[in-house]
Parts: sequence; structure tokens; C-alpha cells
Amino acid sequence: MSIRGRACIAGVYEHPLREIPDRTVAQIHAEVARGALADAGLTLGDVDGYFCAGDAPGFGALSMAEYLGLRDLRYLDSTETGGSSYLIHIGHAAAAIAAGKCSVALVTLAGKPRTGGAQPGGSGAFGSAPEFAFESLWGPTVPGNYALAAQRHMYEFGTTSAQLAEIKVAASQHASHNPHAFLRDVVTVEEVLASPMVSDPLHRLDCCVITDGGGAVVVVSPEVARTLTRPVARILGHGEATKNTGNGRIDLTYTGAVWSGPRAFAEAGCTPADIDYASIYDSFTITVLITLEDLGFCERGRGGAFVADGGLLAPHGRLPFNTDGGGLCNNHPANRGGMTKVIEAVRQLRGEAHPAVQVPDCRLALAHGTGGALSTRMGSATLILGRDE
Amino acid sequence: MSSGLPTPVPRPTLETAPFWEATAEGRLVLPCCDACGFVIWYPRMFCPECGSTAVHWNEASGAGTVYSYTVTRKGQGAYRDAGPYVMAYVELAEGPRVMTNIVGADPATVHIGQAVRVVFDDTGEGPALPRFTPA
Repeated sequence: MSIRGRACIAGVYEHPLREIPDRTVAQIHAEVARGALADAGLTLGDVDGYFCAGDAPGFGALSMAEYLGLRDLRYLDSTETGGSSYLIHIGHAAAAIAAGKCSVALVTLAGKPRTGGAQPGGSGAFGSAPEFAFESLWGPTVPGNYALAAQRHMYEFGTTSAQLAEIKVAASQHASHNPHAFLRDVVTVEEVLASPMVSDPLHRLDCCVITDGGGAVVVVSPEVARTLTRPVARILGHGEATKNTGNGRIDLTYTGAVWSGPRAFAEAGCTPADIDYASIYDSFTITVLITLEDLGFCERGRGGAFVADGGLLAPHGRLPFNTDGGGLCNNHPANRGGMTKVIEAVRQLRGEAHPAVQVPDCRLALAHGTGGALSTRMGSATLILGRDE
Repeated sequence: MSSGLPTPVPRPTLETAPFWEATAEGRLVLPCCDACGFVIWYPRMFCPECGSTAVHWNEASGAGTVYSYTVTRKGQGAYRDAGPYVMAYVELAEGPRVMTNIVGADPATVHIGQAVRVVFDDTGEGPALPRFTPA
């Protein structure tokens, strides 16, 4: 059984703020839930499936179902793969809807890493992870974990810091059109290279922003979709995969996208060449470059050339990407960028991206999430979405 | 020895106690699968390659090469005040690629493919931290 055409994204909402000192994480979950349901033309009373990840407070889906007053839930899923969780949730929601297990699925994300300190969930259990001692003792940092992959990619393929910088430059040009973006200034390759080194070879401007905020998505059955007035995005394909350290023989030059991508393309019945717009997880510039190779947008090792010379610029680059400014400039709420990747893809398919970056006649969009760390283990997820026809 | 880097104290588990006990004696031991011979990393009493639960410990040579590295300019937690330090993956002669630090070298001279050997940083509480220095 395939989910192709069996479920749609009917509503999306990105919290407009990037610093939210005066609200709780649960409050932000509720705000984005209301926002996405309103966008769909639905209410909390219509929701019969609920999905959240480790950013949800307390007991996750149970705590949030009570907070939100969701009384008619028939389906719950709190799969946790870090920042890619929400793409996995959408794939699972589509499968549940296709199987008749629910008809209106709500997926929420919220967090306050900018003003709220450490959040419950997610990192709390790491200390008991069996691999913990064999990584934590050496002082790994989040940028360091991605720098290890960048360094190896440069060594094997000749990728340069200037090529990585082109990814940030394109994101900044897109973000300059987004009034909500955390960073709205256009930057140059030279400025990226001149920014302080954080963890060789990654500079400060190779890193995503740290923002409070959140987002939500509503996934519905085709029957429900027919009762709604707003254009939907059809869910055509979903792929997910985990990649770990290869039983201690880790290869840092690829991600789990080498498996999640082909699964999604096969289900959707299309190829990378068919994609009009792509939201690519951008915790760091290197995350984008390797993911583009893994998804088949270019050959392995050729990501540097692919992103150079404005290759990712909207609307007319080789592959317009992250037209909201992405995690590199716009928003990376709760240190988890998967939700906002889906939201911008839906905007593109609805023709509601900023006019300066709207891809003309955008029919097929891809969204990809990478949770965990490139240096160790990750959950990768790919969604392929189609315009309402 | 002391590299000058922080020495957070590992907490051995039922599965990893032999690994840490060996470090206290300045030995690097690796779990090996009785059934398929695979050299397992990270240490556990389960072979992720073949599923066997029969695992024994073998002493490693301590030799390796740098697979990848990064100079972290500002660490967190125990490494907050460590100054720039090198986090790396070292490929051991026995096969596994292990996360570690490169010590006893100017960070600017560390490079992929560099030959390194294990050294042990005493934590003062029994276990020592296996780190690597240019061979």
C-alpha cells in the first residue's frame, strides 16, 4: 500500500516570533496548533490524531493532548528523531489516514532555546544512552559534530569553505524578503569566511540560528480536504531512515538521505529532476551540501559545484531552496528545523511564498529533515508534496 | 600522563567495566565477537554485525590514523574553559573509527591520514581517557 494521494496537508502555521520569553512551551504548542487548524479551516474538536516529539513538555503526546483539550484522539505518535521528527510524523499520519485510523492529524513543535534555557525532552535521556560515554568524554559540540563531516568531505572531494558559504549567501538573500526572519541582512561569501571560526572548518555563519518558536501542520484525508476551501498540498511520497556509526566504521561523507530519498521518490513516482522547489535541512551549511548529493540532485562529491554560482537561489537557480531563509537565517525553532521545512514547501505549492522567491508554476516540492548528528547517528526523512490539482 | 585537557570521569556500566578497568592499567582493549570475529565499537556485550552475545576482550595495538578532526574553539560543560582543542575520529589499526581527542600536537598541524598512537589521561579516579598523539 502506498500513501500516494491518500492524504493532504491542509493547514500550516509558523510562529511569527523568534524570541518568546513570556510564554511557556506548552502555550507555544497551543498557539501553533490553533494557527494551523485555522489555516486549514478546522478546529481542535476536529482533531482525531496527534503527533509530537521530544520538544513537547511533560509526557509528550499525553500531556499535550490534555493541555490542548483533545478528547477524541484515535491515533498518537511521538516518534523522536530530533529535528526530522515532524517529517516522519507527517509520513506516519498519512499512513494512518490511508489505513482509516484517523482523518485529521495535528503535528506540533515548540521550544525556547533562545530565551528559555534547556528544554524538557530530547536531551534529558542522553546520559543513559549506551554510546554516551564513548562520545561525551571528548568534548563534542553540535558544531563540532558537523565540522567532522565537513572536514572529511573537503578531504575526499575538494569541497571548499567558499562553496559552503554560497549556501548561507543564498539563504540570506531569501531571508531578506521575510519580515519574520531572525537574520534579514544579505551576506557575501567573503563575510561568511571572515566570520569567527567555531569549529574548523565551520565558521559562525555556517551555523543555523538559535530561535524560540514553533510550527504546526494539519494532515487530513482527501474526504476532509474536499470540505475545505484553502488549497492543500498532496502528500505523494515519504521516506525515512536511520544512519548510525556503521558498527564503529562510520563514513562521514553521506547521510541517511541516501535511503530516505529514494524511498520517497519511489513512492511519489518522480525523480530529483522533477522537483521544482526543495526545503533542505540546514542546521549547518554542510548539512545542505551533503544532503543534496544524497538525494540525487547531483553526483556524490559534486555538491560544492552544485551550490556554487547561485545554484540554490530562487526563483531561477538550479534548485531553489529554503525560500523563507531556512534555519541558517529565518528560524530553527527549538533547535529543530524539520517543521519549518515543510511549512515553506507548502507555501511554495500554494503560491504563497514571497513574490520575490516564489517559484513559478511550482508543482512538486521536496522537504527533507536531518535529526541527530552527522558525526554519529541520525534520523533522516524525506517528503514529496504536490500542488493541489 | 596529562595532556592538559579536561578529564571527565567515565561511569563504567555492567557492559563497559572491563574497558575502563584496562585503561586504568594503560591498556586499550576492544570487544571482539566470538562468532564472527568482528571488532566491536562502541564497546558492548552484543555483536551488532552478527547478533551474537558471545563477546571477548582483545588488547589493541594502540595505533591508528586520523579519519577526521576539528579544532573546537570553545567547548561546553567540562570543556568550557579548555581553550581550542582537537576532537577527532581515529581509525584504529583493528578497524573501528573511534571518537577521541588529538593531544600533544599543535592543532594547526593535525591532519587527516596522520599516524597516531594512544596515550592515557589519568582521571584521578581509576579509569583513564584514551586519547591519541602523533606517532
